[in-house]
Amino acid sequence: MTDTPPPRPRLSMRTRQALWVWGFLALPVLFYGVIRFYPTVEAFWLSLTDWDLLSSPKFIGLENYRRMVNDPAFWKVFGNTFLYLIIGTPVSLVLSFAIAYFLDRVRFAHGVIRALYFLPFITTASAMAWVWRWFYQPAPTGIINGALGRLGIPQLDFLQSTTWALPSIMVTAIWAGLGFQIIIFMAGLRAIPNTYYEAARIDGLGEGAILRRITLPLLKPTTVFLVVFSSIGFLRIFDQVYNMTTNDPGGPLGSTKPLVLMIYQTAFSSYQMGYAAALTVVLFLVLLCVSLLQLRVLRER
Amino acid sequence: MTDTLATPLRMPRIRPGRILAWTVLFIGGLIMITPLLFMFSTSLKTAGQIYDLRLIPAAPTLENYVRVLSDGQFLRWMGNSTFIAVTVTLSNVFFDSLVGYTLAKFRFRGRRLIFLAILSTLMIPTEMLVIPWYIMSADLGWLDSYWGIMFPGMMTAFGTFLMKQFFETVPDDFLEAARIDGLNEFTIWWRIAMPLVTPALSALAIFTFLGNWTAFFWPLIVTTSKELYTLPVGLTSFAVEQAIQWELIMTGAALATLPTLLVFLVLQRYIVRGVMLAGLKG
Repeated sequence: MTDTPPPRPRLSMRTRQALWVWGFLALPVLFYGVIRFYPTVEAFWLSLTDWDLLSSPKFIGLENYRRMVNDPAFWKVFGNTFLYLIIGTPVSLVLSFAIAYFLDRVRFAHGVIRALYFLPFITTASAMAWVWRWFYQPAPTGIINGALGRLGIPQLDFLQSTTWALPSIMVTAIWAGLGFQIIIFMAGLRAIPNTYYEAARIDGLGEGAILRRITLPLLKPTTVFLVVFSSIGFLRIFDQVYNMTTNDPGGPLGSTKPLVLMIYQTAFSSYQMGYAAALTVVLFLVLLCVSLLQLRVLRER
Repeated sequence: MTDTLATPLRMPRIRPGRILAWTVLFIGGLIMITPLLFMFSTSLKTAGQIYDLRLIPAAPTLENYVRVLSDGQFLRWMGNSTFIAVTVTLSNVFFDSLVGYTLAKFRFRGRRLIFLAILSTLMIPTEMLVIPWYIMSADLGWLDSYWGIMFPGMMTAFGTFLMKQFFETVPDDFLEAARIDGLNEFTIWWRIAMPLVTPALSALAIFTFLGNWTAFFWPLIVTTSKELYTLPVGLTSFAVEQAIQWELIMTGAALATLPTLLVFLVLQRYIVRGVMLAGLKG
């Protein structure tokens, strides 16, 4: 609307276009302002207050953060969240790459096998959490323990054990996301021009050398995307944990509790809105750091 | 397809390595769907049969489905989920593509700023927004309502980004020609540009639908009455009540999963292509 005056006959055209543009964008701009940006600012502000939803919020500066640093429950949860991340991400990446790599070369009934791996990704996480929870039950209910029993192996406590509960949930989460990662890896593999492989074969490179010197370097953008995507997924894990441990959310002695579950309980069970907001700020900063760090590390290599 | 040039020399020989790789992949694939198979199998068994771990039930029965569906609660949750997922999907298809189109096809002041602002919201985790959203909903009376469940997802930065990328491939000449014919800008977008990006639209629609059908965190927070639960939230409360009756829980899980499986079977090609698009652009 404040454009520099163009030649006369076009003026009305440009003004009309500007009106259309802002007509198209009015509602979306309002939406992003009110539903995305304002709440972000509000979350930061709330993290500096003490608020139980009943009385009005009281400004307490960095007190919530000080409390967090001294809160053993927070550090436990923080450690759990990092366990999901540093075990889940590499395991799921290596698995999905290996499957994609071989699936890309073995072309027989390709679509069917791909569908088998992809199906878990489109299921409802909360529903599948209950299926896995059933699998993990003690015998005779749970089928894993049932199978172990038949092989003469002693039962495993899985979700009831402080050591096994977190890995048990992690298996479920890896299982659910694997199909997505396989498809992305396969798209990345497909995008590498075949001429590179032919040239390498003419030069007499073996399969291992081709993998190391051509496939993996050219696959870097895909890998970067998946490392970040998968890490963010594990840092935000919630559905599986909540549904697999509903009777005692967060597992025995909080051994499976991730940050998002602590946020949920702090805000919507204990109504400590300020403290919960401070936890969400920490989650935000961790996600930001992980994304930036990983992008940078992988770009330099 | 891509190695048609290389294949005539290499493929005809059946190599043991390939057969082994294929077999391992196939068995791995079967293991991947084991939870789904057992879920469906158990949903067809009576309470007395669930300890019988045979995959094909000795006497399959739909009794569990009748029991789960008979009190109407599950149907209500399925209805809620369907209504919410469809509405949010329509909203996203409309607004994300309108904004994507505007940002791709118009030159105007503030264009870059708006694009970057929308894109930057991708960095903000939902978890950080739910507390303010909850307070906003409480103030406006949106708690425990359809609108309360739906409003945060009516537009998404990811969808806008995806659509912008696609609208950039639409030639300006088409739009100019329509302008000369005197069509207004809305009609040009809706009638000329939109049909040219249907692959992207279908990918966006499928993902938004699946994402909202399976959404758990926000619906769990914003709903309190059972009538308004979405299927995933309803299933959780149902499963907690049924604690020991695994055949009923599996039936509920099957009911929550069946629609997405059907969507997948019908639209498999688009879904896989959509995931690839999303991954490569992301």
